[in-house]
Amino acid sequence: MKTEELTVLLATGAGAVDSRVIERRIATALGWGVAFALILMVSLLGARADLLQALLLPKFWLKVVFAAALVAAGLMLLRRLARPGMPIGTAAWWATSPFIALWALALFVLSNATTGQRLGLVLGQTWMVCPWLIAMLSVPLLAGMLWALQAAAPPRPTLAGAGAGFLSGAVATLVYCIHCPEMEAPFVAVWYFIGIFVPTIVGAFLGSRLLRW
Amino acid sequence: MPSDRRTDKKLSLQDAEARWRNLFLEAVAGNEEKYLVFLNEVALHLRGYFRKRLPQSGNDVEDLVQETLLAVHIQRHTYDSQRPLTVWMHAIASYKLVDRWRAHGSRELLTEPLEGDDEAIAFTDREATDARIDIHSLLARLPDRYRLPILHVKLNGISIAEAAAASGMSESAVKVGVHRGLKLLAKLIRSTQ
Repeated sequence: MKTEELTVLLATGAGAVDSRVIERRIATALGWGVAFALILMVSLLGARADLLQALLLPKFWLKVVFAAALVAAGLMLLRRLARPGMPIGTAAWWATSPFIALWALALFVLSNATTGQRLGLVLGQTWMVCPWLIAMLSVPLLAGMLWALQAAAPPRPTLAGAGAGFLSGAVATLVYCIHCPEMEAPFVAVWYFIGIFVPTIVGAFLGSRLLRW
Repeated sequence: MPSDRRTDKKLSLQDAEARWRNLFLEAVAGNEEKYLVFLNEVALHLRGYFRKRLPQSGNDVEDLVQETLLAVHIQRHTYDSQRPLTVWMHAIASYKLVDRWRAHGSRELLTEPLEGDDEAIAFTDREATDARIDIHSLLARLPDRYRLPILHVKLNGISIAEAAAASGMSESAVKVGVHRGLKLLAKLIRSTQ
């Protein structure tokens, strides 16, 4: 086929294009993903018994702010990873700085604790399940984000998949805060991190297969 | 007019950026004539771009030009108007080039640097060979809900409303059919390379 024939074919009936398709799809995926994650959380885990009292504690809001900051950074990152020729820019910094701040706080808490308290601060009561529960809640979100990226053209599919997984893990963490009884920074710094890391890796793997175009 | 460009051998990247960005923004707002001018000028540039990076493979060059044009078309909603258009376009072209190398397993060709964004835009590469891509035979492999919209709207050039009436589909189904059908064609092209 001649290229002149192809360009005529492409231009014919091309019409106007909506440049907000990716954002709208991500918003849809976010809406459904949050709804499903909440249903999973409520039906399988339940909200923490002392949720109303927890709402008054700064330590609870610290976790929420941490997770919300990651969600905001994840959205920024994914928007950029979805498009050809977009630099990642400051989005990578925004995605890592909440972890750095949390790790610094965790080290501070640990250094002020006695040797006997330290292990308890890190392991809490639920370290064995926490990362896996976050990863489980991220499943509907990750499925939605990968669907949203079907409308995109990520120049690095593996990285875009990782970004989708990261955002899913961050939103799942936010939902998980309603259930999670743990309040100490060292616990959050280790196990929430792993909880977000798992969907990030799964997303990278799926992205390398599903997001080529 | 694109044919005027034959005489000025090179267009600086800045001029090309401004010109193509204007044409493209009008195109995505619905101006099909401007879009055709844009596609034809970009085809010329892409031919030079790929020929430089694949000096020994004539047919591959035209295949890549067409694959990239198809990707530019399918993905034109992914252009962020705050960003330079040529950067977006070169990112698509280099994705398609790397994709081709990956498929052929010939990584040694990667010695040529991909970043050539600061080079002048060549308009000298006019002689096109035919690509091996044959839209018509690929189209025959698509199911009717994609094939008919493309046949009516893109090949026969009738309006969405007329195509809807002719195929017994709704207007939105025709629109969706064209878009998804072109995406499927791009996939078929990738898998048959």
